[in-house]
Amino acid sequence: MRKIKYILCILCLVPLVGFASGPEMKLDRAPIRPNDKLSLQRGAHAFVNYCLTCHSAEYMRYNRLRDIGLSESQIRDNLIFTGQKVGELMTVAMTKKEASQWFGVAPPDLSVIARSRGPDWLYTYLRKFYRDESTATGWNNLLFDKVAMPHVLFELQGVQSVTVKTADDGHGGEQEIKELEVEKPGTLSKAEYDSYVADLVNFLVYVGEPAAAKRVQLGIIVMLFLFVLLGLTYALKKEYWKDIH
Amino acid sequence: MSKRLASMADWIDARFPMTSTWKAHLTEYYAPKNFNFWYYFGSLAVLVLVNQLLTGIFLTMNYKPDASMAFASVEYIMRDVDFGWLIRYMHSTGASMFFVVVYLHMFRGMMYGSYRKPRELLWLIGMGIFFVLMMLAFTGYILPWGQMSYWGAQVIVSMIGAIPVIGETLSNWILGDFMLSDAALNRFFAYHVVTLPVLLVALVFIHIVALHEVGSSNPDGIEIKAIKDPVTHIPLDGIPFHPYYTVKDIFGVVVFLIIFCGIIFFMPEMGGYFLEYNNFIPANTLQTPDHIAPVWYFTPYYSMLRAVTVNFLWVDAKIWGIVLMGGSVAIFALLPWLDRSPVKSIRYKGPYFKIALTLFVISVFVLGWLGTQSPTPLYTLLAQIFTVIYFAFFVLMPWYSKIDKTRPEPTRVTG
Repeated sequence: MRKIKYILCILCLVPLVGFASGPEMKLDRAPIRPNDKLSLQRGAHAFVNYCLTCHSAEYMRYNRLRDIGLSESQIRDNLIFTGQKVGELMTVAMTKKEASQWFGVAPPDLSVIARSRGPDWLYTYLRKFYRDESTATGWNNLLFDKVAMPHVLFELQGVQSVTVKTADDGHGGEQEIKELEVEKPGTLSKAEYDSYVADLVNFLVYVGEPAAAKRVQLGIIVMLFLFVLLGLTYALKKEYWKDIH
Repeated sequence: MSKRLASMADWIDARFPMTSTWKAHLTEYYAPKNFNFWYYFGSLAVLVLVNQLLTGIFLTMNYKPDASMAFASVEYIMRDVDFGWLIRYMHSTGASMFFVVVYLHMFRGMMYGSYRKPRELLWLIGMGIFFVLMMLAFTGYILPWGQMSYWGAQVIVSMIGAIPVIGETLSNWILGDFMLSDAALNRFFAYHVVTLPVLLVALVFIHIVALHEVGSSNPDGIEIKAIKDPVTHIPLDGIPFHPYYTVKDIFGVVVFLIIFCGIIFFMPEMGGYFLEYNNFIPANTLQTPDHIAPVWYFTPYYSMLRAVTVNFLWVDAKIWGIVLMGGSVAIFALLPWLDRSPVKSIRYKGPYFKIALTLFVISVFVLGWLGTQSPTPLYTLLAQIFTVIYFAFFVLMPWYSKIDKTRPEPTRVTG
C-alpha cells in the first residue's frame, strides 16, 4: 500500500521534467583546463588586451597571477599597461558613470563573472556575435540579444552574419532557427578562435576563484587524513562497545 | 603526579561542581544502549554550531557591514586573507549543513516520538532553536550583499510590510529606512553576530539541560528509567554516555567531516544550492533578477507562501500565504499534543502513521523543489496540493494516530 502510493507520487512528477527546460539556447561546453598554466597565461594575455580596457577585475591583484606561473617582472612587463604597481588591483580608468553614458550600461566587473554566469555561458557568448545594423554598436549576440557590448574580438573571429531558417519543431508547429555564418574571415581560423576563447574563459574561471587549485590540493590531503582517522575511530568504537554487544 | 592532580581536583571541587558535573552529564549520564544512525545528529548539530561560531569570528575580522563595501570585502576574504576562502566556505557550507543536520534531528524526533511526554518542553526548546537558526540563516544570507542576498531579503521584508495596519511602520522600524539599505545591512549584521548567536547558544544549553533532566529517548520509544537495577539504581538498558557514546559520536563526527570537507574542498557551491550563482552579482537595487529563489532550506516554506493565490474572507492572498508559511513552521510545536497514539515509536505504530509520515516527507521534498522553480500554473497547483498534504499530516494526526493499529511496546529495548 505504502509502496504503491510512493510510486504514484513519483509518477505524477515525471512529466514535470519536460516542462523544466525552457526555450533557452543550448550552451556549448567550455573546454576548461584549470591546470593548464600555458592556457591560463594565454587567457591572461587576451584578458588584459581585450577586456581590461572597459571591464575591471577589481577584486583581483596583478601579482596574484604568480599562481599561473608568471614572475612579477613578467606580469609587470607584459600584462600591466596602465602604469599600475604589481600589487594593485585590476581596475580600469573609466568610471561607472562615464561607462553608462557611453554604452548605456556600465560594463560589469569580471572578477566573479565566471561564478555567476558559468564557463559554458561565457564560452558560448563570446563566439556568438554577429553583424546587426539595427543596434547602436552594429553588433548583436545570439545568446544575449541586444547586448550593449560590441564584438571586441571581431578582428580575430571575423564578421559573422545571421540567417534565420524555419523548421518543424516536432510538435506540429514551426520553430525559428538562427544560424551564424562567417561573412568575412578574421585572422584566426574557427578552431583557433574557439581555442582562443577557451583560454580566455579558462582564465576567467581562474580569476573567479584564484584559490581553487589550492583548495583541491589541500582537499585531497584533508580527505586522506580523514579516511585514516575514520579507520582509527571505528576501531576505537568497536573496542569500547565490545562490552555492550 | 596523579596525587597532586587529585588534590587539585579536590581543591576545585570544594569551590566549583567540577567532578559532579562531569559525572552527571557524561560518565554517569545513562543513555539507552540502542541508539541507531538517527541519533548522531544532535551531537553533530553542536559540532556545526561550534564551526559556525569559530569561523564566524574570523570572518567578522575582515567583513565590512557597509552596503558599498560588503560584496568587495567578501571577495577580499576569498582572495587576500590567508585561508580566508577556507574560513568562508566552512561558514557557508556549515550554514547549509546546519539545516541538514537539524532537519534529520527533527525527523528522528518525529519517527520515534521523541517529542512525547515527558519531553514536550525539550521539543519546544528545540523549536526555539530552529526558529533562531532560521533567523540566523536569513540575517547571514544578507551579509554578502549579492543580488540574491538583496532580493531574497526584499521578499521577506515585503512580507512584514503586508501585515495589516502596522505592517508599514513595523517594516520601517525593522529596516531603519523606507527600503532595504545600508541601515538594514548594519542592523542585520548586529543581529547575526551578537544577538542571535547568544540566543542560540543559550537555547542549546537549556536544550541539553532539559534533555539530561528527562533522559534520552530511543528507537523503541520506551522509558529506560522504568526498569532500574535494584541495587545501583542504574537503568538496565542504559550505558554511560562517556565513554560509549563519546567514542561512537567521534566516529560519527569523522563520517560527517568526510562529507562536510568533501563539499568544502571539491564542490563549495554544491551546484548552486549552497552558494547561489546569482549571489556572485553585487546587489543592484534597480534590477530585480528574473528569478528569485531562497536557499534550499527555505524553499518548502517559500513554496507554501506562493501557493495561496485567492483572496479569502476579505483578506488578501498574500497575507494568507504569510500565515501559511508561518504556520508551516510553528505547527511543529504542537506535535506533542497532536499525537494521540498509545505508542511513541514508528516501530510499533500502525500503517496510518507510516503512510502519513511518508506522504509528509514526499510533500516536503516536492515543495522544496518547487520553491527553486519559477511559478507556472501547473507548479502552483502542485504546490497547493502538497501544501494540503503537508498540513494534513499535522491537522489529521489526532484522528489517525488514535485509530491506528499499533503493536505493543516491549518492556526492554531491542537491537
